[in-house]
Amino acid sequence: MTLVGVVGAGVMGAGVAQNLAQAGHDVALVDNTPQAVTKALSTIELNSRMSRLLGGPELDPDTILGRIKAGTDLALLADADLVIENITENWELKRGLYLEMDHTVQPDAVFVANTSAIPITRLASLTTRPRQFVGVHFMNPVPMKPAVELIPGHHTSPEALEKVRDLLTSMGKKAIPVNDACGFVSNRVLMLTVNEAAFLVHEGVADAETVDEVFRSCFGHPMGPLQTADLIGVDTILYSIEVLHEHFADSKYRPCPLLKQMTDAGLHGRKSGQGFYSYGAPAASSAAVDSGGSRPTAATR
Amino acid sequence: MTDPTDYRAPIREFILNRFPGFELRDEDDIFALGFVNSLFAMELVMFVEKTFQIKVPNNEIRLDSFRTVERMGDLVARVTSGGRAPVL
Repeated sequence: MTLVGVVGAGVMGAGVAQNLAQAGHDVALVDNTPQAVTKALSTIELNSRMSRLLGGPELDPDTILGRIKAGTDLALLADADLVIENITENWELKRGLYLEMDHTVQPDAVFVANTSAIPITRLASLTTRPRQFVGVHFMNPVPMKPAVELIPGHHTSPEALEKVRDLLTSMGKKAIPVNDACGFVSNRVLMLTVNEAAFLVHEGVADAETVDEVFRSCFGHPMGPLQTADLIGVDTILYSIEVLHEHFADSKYRPCPLLKQMTDAGLHGRKSGQGFYSYGAPAASSAAVDSGGSRPTAATR
Repeated sequence: MTDPTDYRAPIREFILNRFPGFELRDEDDIFALGFVNSLFAMELVMFVEKTFQIKVPNNEIRLDSFRTVERMGDLVARVTSGGRAPVL
């Protein structure tokens, strides 16, 4: 059993914390606001209750939550054997966090960056432990997805990589190794696809339902790209495509204006109750959210 | 005695609101119809809990309990009447 730190208690961080607790690990979960921590614990309780419904094992929410110590102080991570970082896909935010964590967390601990697109070697360069720095790209919803991308940085030691691989195995994950590059394999392809799908809606070529229907019915995909965008989070999609755009300086990664507008309006997908589709669940804080319709929001543009 | 049919209308309305144009009978298996996935099943749990002010017991949160409008109505009736939910 290992004490694993999890920083960032959003959709991914909550999923990682739940998956770790399910595997029997002790978890220290940290976010910078009490509201985020509370919301994450509620999400974990809800998702533990729903586990069987989603095809997972039967879980006891009290047992899962009993393994998670949560708060807003990075000192909770001080004795962790590994720390998995899941904060917003924003270089400046990640930079500030890694500089602070490098001082706070015991020197033997391995840092794991759960990032959608930022190169691992670049993140590792912020710390004094580039040999103990590994990238893991978890998929959403974390407890339900059987595989991850495992990305060593330029300086990552074989020991650190093995330690992370062992942890992933304990979490029931198959680790697929890929080399370090912005967006790795998955998001280099997926983000471009979602971005282009958003352009189709933006230009009025097809509404969101139609775009997704083509992918489901013609290609046999279980979900279309815009349903996937709502699941991942429209804001996360935008930040990831912006990282790709900045890193490669290639206009093929230019973000669709619709993604920007939806992010500004609080239409972040399932987590806010409204994205390309309406979910009728938690309302976003933005007054721009139309909570009434069942049709894809973007289709009305 | 709580009549399970009382609970069916709002459940049916919730489903049809998300999937307009479908003809849905109370005994139709919504998962077998092919347009509902497990994520929507999760939304259904949250909908019935919020709408009928109940907490569905953990052992009832499974696809079989949410397969038809009829079964969901029965589930709400059992929980609201305080009865133990039988295993389906």
